[in-house]
Amino acid sequence: MSDTATTTGGTLAVPSAAPAETRATRLRNFWSDYRRSPVAVVSLAVIVVLLFVSFGAPLVSPQDPYDMAALDWMDAFLGPGTVGSGGYVHVLGTDNAGRDMLSAIFYGLRTSFVIGLSAGALALTIGICVGLTAAYFGGRIEALLMRIVDLQLSMPAILLALVLVAVLGQGIGQIVLALVVAQYAYFARTTHGAATVERGKDYIEAARSTPLPTRRVLFRHLLPNVMPPLIVVATVQVASAIALEATLSFLGVGLPLTEPSLGSMISNGFKYIHTDRYWLSIYPGIFLMITVVAINLVGDQVRTVLDPRRSR
Amino acid sequence: MLGYLVRRLAQAVAVVFAMSVIVFVGVYAIGNPIDVMIDPGATQEIRAKLIEQYGLDQPLWQQYFVFLANVAEGDLGTSMVYNIPVVDLVFSRLPATVELVLVSVTIAGVVGIPAGLYAGYRPDSIGAKAIMALSVLGFSVPTFWIGMLLIMAFAVNLGWLPSGGRGDVGEVLGLHTSLATADGWSHVIMPAINLSLFKMGLLIRLTRAGMVEAMSTDYVKFARAQGLPDRQIVFRHILRNISIPIVTVFGLELGSTLAFAVVTESVFNWPGVGKLIIDSILQLDRPVMVSYLIMVVILFVLINLTVDLIYARLDPRVRLKGGA
Repeated sequence: MSDTATTTGGTLAVPSAAPAETRATRLRNFWSDYRRSPVAVVSLAVIVVLLFVSFGAPLVSPQDPYDMAALDWMDAFLGPGTVGSGGYVHVLGTDNAGRDMLSAIFYGLRTSFVIGLSAGALALTIGICVGLTAAYFGGRIEALLMRIVDLQLSMPAILLALVLVAVLGQGIGQIVLALVVAQYAYFARTTHGAATVERGKDYIEAARSTPLPTRRVLFRHLLPNVMPPLIVVATVQVASAIALEATLSFLGVGLPLTEPSLGSMISNGFKYIHTDRYWLSIYPGIFLMITVVAINLVGDQVRTVLDPRRSR
Repeated sequence: MLGYLVRRLAQAVAVVFAMSVIVFVGVYAIGNPIDVMIDPGATQEIRAKLIEQYGLDQPLWQQYFVFLANVAEGDLGTSMVYNIPVVDLVFSRLPATVELVLVSVTIAGVVGIPAGLYAGYRPDSIGAKAIMALSVLGFSVPTFWIGMLLIMAFAVNLGWLPSGGRGDVGEVLGLHTSLATADGWSHVIMPAINLSLFKMGLLIRLTRAGMVEAMSTDYVKFARAQGLPDRQIVFRHILRNISIPIVTVFGLELGSTLAFAVVTESVFNWPGVGKLIIDSILQLDRPVMVSYLIMVVILFVLINLTVDLIYARLDPRVRLKGGA
């Protein structure tokens, strides 16, 4: 009985111990709510496996698809399940250069994850800064920043990214930059919305009346309380960054063929669509679809769990 | 209201100008179109002459003002690849895109709204769950990949439909459209379905959310208590009440359908504006890129402006706040 009193009401007595404990409890509560949806649990497991095979690609894939010396043109267009000159089974077949499809997909998936995660993280950071600045300072700064954000939101991300990539040129860095510019606005809008609500509350008023620097009030007091909706947006945006990169690469303005991603592999396979070599485009597409859908399903469940209107 | 209108209009014009500078500088930075246009074996003289002919030897700001002056006269420049005025080029491609967008929006509405109504009416049924699962797929799976699957299934394997192109174009009431011929329809149906899936997912979610909310309201309870049949409650009362937000969002999304057409048109080799912009990016056709982008900016600024004005009309707080 006295134990619960110290954790909930005793923050004044032991200010450092209480937050750590509540954080662990909060995480445990979150997980027990999250696992109520079997679909979401399976999706999370799928993402973990995909992350493992993609970042562990050099370890788990039978061949290094970047190593030109290991490629043999005699192996080109082998159907799924054929044994190639390497002496092992090409489970998903080989492409026009004799590359093992499964290995290429693992490496391509890695490119997709790197792009999706770094674009998501950067867009999140920039979006938070813009949104918090606008909500905290208000007035002209808020009006100007939010007008720019709204204008950008009214334009479809695909169009914006397309133009930026056309201007910036091809390459991973350029794609990430284009995706960040196209996506930060979603985070800025969400942060601004949540922060405007929080701003009016007493604890921010109290923090502002102390001599704490503005930066500290913004990031240590305001930010933690606007995080939940941002986490949901971040999941969805990572999925959409991966899909956008694939789309751009498919259209021929994304990654060059020297840096295979799922999109450029599908684009390559699309050339053979009228032949019976379906495996060149189908398998990378299936991996892309599974990745994007799994991330979205996880995002959906996170949204449900974090929804404050949900009755417990 | 008038003050608000003037302020918003001034802002819109400022945005268009700012964007035109950004687009112009951005496109200018892409590379020298002359390198792409002429074959590498051409002499320096031919090169210099072409550069002069297109005004590429002048400083950037001068090129921009020449461009602005021409735009004022309705001249958006001449395509470097097709060698015809950009205005003519875009307008020759526009009907194909408009027809594709119209068919796909119709499909999305005809399928999406009833599906959403059903999913909201019986939220726990298997049918509703299947519909929601499909809407998640329509939302998240990249358009180009679904388009490719459609081609593989219906064009390559089954051989029912052509895999690309626009087909025969007929004439109805003076309009040239492929919707006038059976061959045209066989070409438009697959890309239209492809383009409609995203919109359909959105519509299903919107309609379902509205339906679920409406089902628990007092007017529905009273209608039930009156003994009205469910069919009448849903179509006469609920649909009418939830149609306003649906129509609003749908109207806003029309603009983005045009953008998504870029992807669908590329997959199905549909000769519309979207295919044109991709080709012009790949071929560094500067005048086409600049004009298309500025037209898109104007389109979206107009959509935004209209929405803001309608909101201001409906909600006095918006116009009194100034909306700066």
